[in-house]
Amino acid sequence: MKIVLEHLTKIYPNRNRKIKDEKIAVNDFTFEIPDGKLIGLLGPSGCGKSTTLNLICGLEEATSGKIFFGEDDVTKAPPENRGVGMVFQNYALYPHMTVEQNIMFPLGNLKGEAKLSKEQMKAKALEVAKLVQIDEYMDRKPAELSGGQQQRVAIARALVKLPRVLLLDEPLSNLDARLRLQTREEIRRIQRETQITTIFVTHDQEEAMSISDMIVVMETGIVQQIGKPQDVYDDPKNLFVAKFLGTPPINVFDAEVKDEKLYIGESAVLDVKGVADQPVFAGIRPEGFILADDGVFECKLSSVEVMGRDTSVVSKHNALLGTEIRSIIPAENKVDTSSPLVRFNLKPAKVHIFNKETTERIYFK
Amino acid sequence: MKKSNIKAWLYLLPALVFLGVFMIYPLFDVVVYSFEEGYNSASQSFFGTGLYNFSYVLHDPYFLQAVKNTFILVIITVPVSTGLSLLISLALSSIRKLKDLFQTLYFLPYVTNTLAVGLVFMILFKKTAYSDGLINLLINIFGGQSVDFIEGPYWAKMLVLCIYTIWIVMPFKILILTSSLASVNQDYYKVARVDATPKWRVFSKITLPMISPMLFYLIITGFIGAFKAYSDAVALFGVNLNAQGMNTIVGYVLDMLYGNSGGYPSYASAAALILFAIVLTVTVINLLVSKKKVYY
Repeated sequence: MKIVLEHLTKIYPNRNRKIKDEKIAVNDFTFEIPDGKLIGLLGPSGCGKSTTLNLICGLEEATSGKIFFGEDDVTKAPPENRGVGMVFQNYALYPHMTVEQNIMFPLGNLKGEAKLSKEQMKAKALEVAKLVQIDEYMDRKPAELSGGQQQRVAIARALVKLPRVLLLDEPLSNLDARLRLQTREEIRRIQRETQITTIFVTHDQEEAMSISDMIVVMETGIVQQIGKPQDVYDDPKNLFVAKFLGTPPINVFDAEVKDEKLYIGESAVLDVKGVADQPVFAGIRPEGFILADDGVFECKLSSVEVMGRDTSVVSKHNALLGTEIRSIIPAENKVDTSSPLVRFNLKPAKVHIFNKETTERIYFK
Repeated sequence: MKKSNIKAWLYLLPALVFLGVFMIYPLFDVVVYSFEEGYNSASQSFFGTGLYNFSYVLHDPYFLQAVKNTFILVIITVPVSTGLSLLISLALSSIRKLKDLFQTLYFLPYVTNTLAVGLVFMILFKKTAYSDGLINLLINIFGGQSVDFIEGPYWAKMLVLCIYTIWIVMPFKILILTSSLASVNQDYYKVARVDATPKWRVFSKITLPMISPMLFYLIITGFIGAFKAYSDAVALFGVNLNAQGMNTIVGYVLDMLYGNSGGYPSYASAAALILFAIVLTVTVINLLVSKKKVYY
């Protein structure tokens, strides 16, 4: 099912009615989600991503704008008529019911012709349980399951009624690191197998990047950028997106463009053709550094962290916004730790410059 | 280790002494009294020991009347008051406007003096030579005959007592139930809503199991409280409850101790032990049922 959001806006009035100040949680969100894709809504807390999810789900009513599922306008439809499956952050499994009863619960709500016999419900529940691989635990109560298993039960419960859209609110935030890796692959697999259009919300960029077909980066209710994870990473539209994606994060410097050259501090580090003279922010990805004895970019070396596959060089520079520069170089390159300085050349594709006032990206050749 | 143990007991001593003197010893004494035949508290003497006191109490028509009254009271008031409280709490938790006002109103009976409430009920229900009372006025409007609720037929008196008891025990139940309803995680309701769960199913499959521990707590304490009813009857019908045929078991115990026909601590003790046995049995049954039904 294709989902179309048209100028979707949600405004919360201030709780104190005397104050006119209102909070715009989602601001003019327009996006077409293609059928059968896995979409990650990404942003820091309070950016409006959960509100967007609730708007699609129907738990919140849009202030303006429209939502379409396929050709159906569901903007005013209550959640029960939308045919969505929702998995909450805390899973919200009914604690007094067994896994099987939990999964069967939505089926018990069917009315009229859709009504199922007990055997049919059990069969369907078992089918989804097998899909999410929890069929061994059908008789357990949620409290007797691990976090990851509970998560699967919640997904099974959302899937059992064959929703048009599956919504996941911070699906991995309650899991420990190891389970998180495992579960996100699991979500990806289940989504692929069912081919149900799935939208999930997360504040963890790694999580979103790793499994989404497309990511939507949001901040303060405004969509910053939409695209394939790699494209958004390689080609951020503004400083916020550049900073938000990537671990270790991008290194941002106070810089200046003079005569089509990018200056960080005193040294010209890169040719930037077609850019007018102006002060800018320069962002350099950690993998954008090339260790070179005659490098153009000189930094004060702090430490070297060997990670096996590659080496992380921690250094400092006066123009840096932040505490330290993290650069990642191949492990073959040996850093001279006796020297107080370290020199780099830069990979042009890994350097992004941004307008100082608007923080919008400035493109160069 | 041993030293600190002694210290601990030393700290506990004051509490233990008070508990021993004012709780354990009297409890023990009640059992002793109940087996002492013809015990006289003035001379501290008795004829012999045996089960005569129990036999006497169980054959006393006043006691049997009191048991009957108490059981009727329990069987009617506990389910009705719990059910009504649940309805009111559900209504309270689903409104926004004036919620605080209604909550305060429903809680008022709890802070009102029992006897003062009794007075109000007298005004509402009592039929005198001058006035038939407010309730009778209403009955008359709908074409009924006036009934003397306070000194009239048994069912009328029992009705008033039940209404009175229900009214007085509801505030606490409403208080407990509204707070336990509020503590149910809203996400369960959201999930149920997304899954198009009908209202009735949400209530029976989610709300009720979620508040069942509190509900059973209220039912158990409700049973115990109703079995110990006494002051409500006094507030409505005065101290001479036997003459009114409205005595309760606790009332009977009190009469045996201090009433006009009183001065029989042995009979009172025997009656108290019988009441204890009844309450214990009912509570055990309650707990057994709740183990099966309650989700923790």
